[in-house]
Amino acid sequence: MSRRKWLWTTLTLGAALTVTPALAQKKYDPGASDTEIKIGNTNPYSGPASAYGLIGKTIGAYFNKVNAEGGINGRKVNYISYDDAYSPPKAVEQARKLVESDEVLLIFQPLGTPSNTAIQKYMNAKKVPQLFVATGATKWGDYKHFPWTMGWQPTYQSEGRIYAQFLLKSHPNSKVAILYQNDDYGKDYVKGLKDGLGDKAKSMIVAEAPYETSDPTVDSQIINLKASGADVFFNVTTPKFASQAIKKAAEIGWKPLHLLNNVSQSVGSVLKPAGLENAKGIYSSYYLKDATDPQWKNDPGQKEWTAFMDKYFPDGDKTSSFTVYGYTVAQTLAQVLKQCGDNLTRENVMKQAASLDLDLGMLLPGIKIKTSATDFYPIEQMKMQQFDGERWVPVGDVMSGAVGG
Amino acid sequence: MAQQDISFSDTAVRGLPSVEQNSWALWGTVLFLAVAIALPFFLRSFVVFQLTLAMIYAIAIIGLVLLTGINGQFSLGHSAFFGIGAYTAAVLMDQFGVSFYWTLPVAGVVCFVFGFLFGLPALRLEGIYLALATFALAIAMPQILKSSLFEHWTGGVQGIVLIKPDAPFGLPISSDQWLYFLTLAIGLMLAVCAMNIVNSRTGRALIAIRDNPIAARAMGIDISLYKTLAFGVSALFTGIAGALSGVAIQFVAPDSFTFNLAIGLFVGLVVGGVQSIPAALFGGLFVLFVPNIAESVSKGLAGAVYGVILILVIYMMPSGAAGLARLVADKVLMKAHRKGPR
Amino acid sequence: MDLFLHQVLAGLATGGIYACMALAIVMIYQAIDHLNFAQGEMAMFSTFIAWQLMQWGLPYWVAFVATIVISFAAGVLLEQTVLRPLHGAPVLSHIVVFIALFAILNSAAGFIWDYTVKPFPTPFGTQPLFGQGLMSAHDGGMIAVTLIILVLLYLFFRHTRIGLAMRAAAANPASARLVGIRVGWMVALGWGMAAAIGAVAGMLIAPVVFLEPNMMISILLYGFAGAVVGGLTSPLGAVIGGFSVGVIENLAGTFIPYVGREMKLTIALALIVAVLTVKPSGLLGRRVMTRV
Repeated sequence: MSRRKWLWTTLTLGAALTVTPALAQKKYDPGASDTEIKIGNTNPYSGPASAYGLIGKTIGAYFNKVNAEGGINGRKVNYISYDDAYSPPKAVEQARKLVESDEVLLIFQPLGTPSNTAIQKYMNAKKVPQLFVATGATKWGDYKHFPWTMGWQPTYQSEGRIYAQFLLKSHPNSKVAILYQNDDYGKDYVKGLKDGLGDKAKSMIVAEAPYETSDPTVDSQIINLKASGADVFFNVTTPKFASQAIKKAAEIGWKPLHLLNNVSQSVGSVLKPAGLENAKGIYSSYYLKDATDPQWKNDPGQKEWTAFMDKYFPDGDKTSSFTVYGYTVAQTLAQVLKQCGDNLTRENVMKQAASLDLDLGMLLPGIKIKTSATDFYPIEQMKMQQFDGERWVPVGDVMSGAVGG
Repeated sequence: MAQQDISFSDTAVRGLPSVEQNSWALWGTVLFLAVAIALPFFLRSFVVFQLTLAMIYAIAIIGLVLLTGINGQFSLGHSAFFGIGAYTAAVLMDQFGVSFYWTLPVAGVVCFVFGFLFGLPALRLEGIYLALATFALAIAMPQILKSSLFEHWTGGVQGIVLIKPDAPFGLPISSDQWLYFLTLAIGLMLAVCAMNIVNSRTGRALIAIRDNPIAARAMGIDISLYKTLAFGVSALFTGIAGALSGVAIQFVAPDSFTFNLAIGLFVGLVVGGVQSIPAALFGGLFVLFVPNIAESVSKGLAGAVYGVILILVIYMMPSGAAGLARLVADKVLMKAHRKGPR
Repeated sequence: MDLFLHQVLAGLATGGIYACMALAIVMIYQAIDHLNFAQGEMAMFSTFIAWQLMQWGLPYWVAFVATIVISFAAGVLLEQTVLRPLHGAPVLSHIVVFIALFAILNSAAGFIWDYTVKPFPTPFGTQPLFGQGLMSAHDGGMIAVTLIILVLLYLFFRHTRIGLAMRAAAANPASARLVGIRVGWMVALGWGMAAAIGAVAGMLIAPVVFLEPNMMISILLYGFAGAVVGGLTSPLGAVIGGFSVGVIENLAGTFIPYVGREMKLTIALALIVAVLTVKPSGLLGRRVMTRV
């Protein structure tokens, strides 16, 4: 984000809030002091989901940058990240270690729906913020029952609905075939699409094929989907399987209208391995800039990100969307902590997290992070885009799936 | 083939222990109990929780000791029984409102039945083939738990969230401490049961089948029956452990019972010592804490550090912690003998 | 009917992957008489080495041959350093060491080359081989290479002294030693060959599934399944087993209503266990006789 914008956000949001705390004394909960703010995190650094560990590492690099630049309100951020191996029991163990032994102020960006579900009850009973969780399930915005838990990214279901709106508007008589990962993530997308299509879901969806992360390839599923005679392909897959599906569909000469979920729309790490020619014409929706997309080459937000990567995370993979994701979510937390001023209690952290209105450098133009006491879904808008063989081209306006919030 | 390969360097039947050894064992047990009971009052509650988990893994490993160490059958699939146990408890509590305490025996029985049934086809398989069949079971289990066939019970991919029981009778201890004591009590009970099985007629039959199946058959032992029984009993132990883990974690999900868990339990079995029931506790501690140690050495290379630790452990303790302990104990006893008045 | 044919062809193509891996598994089984759970990770690591060599500018075939040589040497070295001290240890200890190797290689590859998927080139091209691209030229090439390795292995084990010696060393080390076979050396050679075949398998599989540290985990499982169905002692059986697993899985996923598409792996595994209960040493495996 540009310096001026940054200043602006800080002023508008900070000013109103810092006036009052300035009079009050400093207030701290465990994990915060005059010199330090301790935050915890769990990520899969080992095991089959270790690809996601890149997010946790990027966040660490970002807080190194924050600390090198003087910290937040003069306090250094102490970021403690543990490996949960994408296993719920391990996640519970590590979360308890963070809260009870390391005594962190909050747990930030724990990754995966199963792991977050496993710790949600504990975190809320302990009244420790479980902030900006790294999953797009819909349940993270339930502020009434779980006031200490908040999501961040657009939910999978809202994204599914966005595709449904798109189809109803421009291809109302199409036949849809769905490939999805057989877990909460895949099923949420399918539910979103079905809900969005409403009564027409039954007649429009002609085939559904699940795959397991343990499947070596999705070839068999693609052949079945093609055989269903569908002319729309809704592709709900993680990066590796997305590359495989795009490549296989092209190989067997299946050329439907292709809707790809945003999890896998990185040009560098998904479309390029699958063959840019094969990926031409794919639609997707997005809220973050793709760092490998040439159209952002001179964008100030992108330049700032590149400078950060070069200086603080030179080993990090710049083609992966995870580094952009980690960077932007870390910026969001930095803003929350900044807004907290000298009142670093867990209650105030949640209060500030629920009063955000942010425009960040790597968010797509027009998309904002907005929360309120009754809106625990920070990002709810997305934009449809189409791949032209080289870059993503915006199609239409900012859309909102509006599930829950 | 592989069945005979599990070389049992010193057989389980080591002759009756001497009086001296007995008193050592007695003092050891008393000391262990005293420490185990005192610990939760001195440790942070999350460490108590970790120890509870370690004991739960140890209970599952006792099941493996009976199967592999005593009966000579392989299993790389005990995560499946662990998962079935956890889900039995969870579904009973969640859908039918059954009290947690009652779910434990039910989980055990259900797993016994599953284990027994799985043992039937497994009967025809030996060594490596059996290992692979059980491995297949471990791989398939998450997929089965996720299946929409059972979704209205299991919650499908979403899993089931559970509630931890508080200490009963108004005992002034936290729910973590209560669960620790409960697990300790159940673990001890099951360990004693397991030792009794080993020293019984049945146990001798199981050992005979392991050491020489043909001779065992000649002696009139019903090999099929005992082998499937061993599978069933082993699954029973592991299933009870699974039920306890579901409640300790307060959540069951298909992702909690992948083949990584099966491999973890297997590693715990070997580093503890395949034939020793008390050593299962060492195995449980290893399963829980060594990955954490590896992570604290290097985050990026945690897996590699874990692997190196594992190889070193195998080099230094070829017959597990139990073997090492026996070696040390024998040396100490020998010294005591020499110095003693006799 | 059309769909049936398509699924069979696609199943054969994927089956080629499994068959390739199954061959490497049978190789090591012939040499050491048990299975190596780290085999998939060794193949993955070899493939990364090939990728790295090509990144440094070597042409495909140079990198291909270099990788096979490096992998062979690494296999021998691994046996001599890590496994030699375990000589005579129980088989359970061996399995734990394999698990350890698995963890080390997987974690090291992720550390060095990270987890983003990488495209891997194919020497055969991706143009369709049969109509509608159900089998690409690469799939065909992969199947051809698998069959060539199969023939070479057959000739090696049947008709060379060293092949015979290796089989003897695995089947009965004590007697082999008595007739003057250097058993230790044979085992090391077996490791080298298994690593080399694994490297070939990895380099052929990577263009289909993309290169990343976890790429071999599930393929190893299917390779095991194929090898076990066919019989762990028979290379031909392993190849047939690999192909049948690929085809059965596709057909189960397509034609068994309701549960099929969700549980195709489970169904395939259940079938394997069923085959084993009827023929405990696989379709073409030799029966092991026990003597009293």
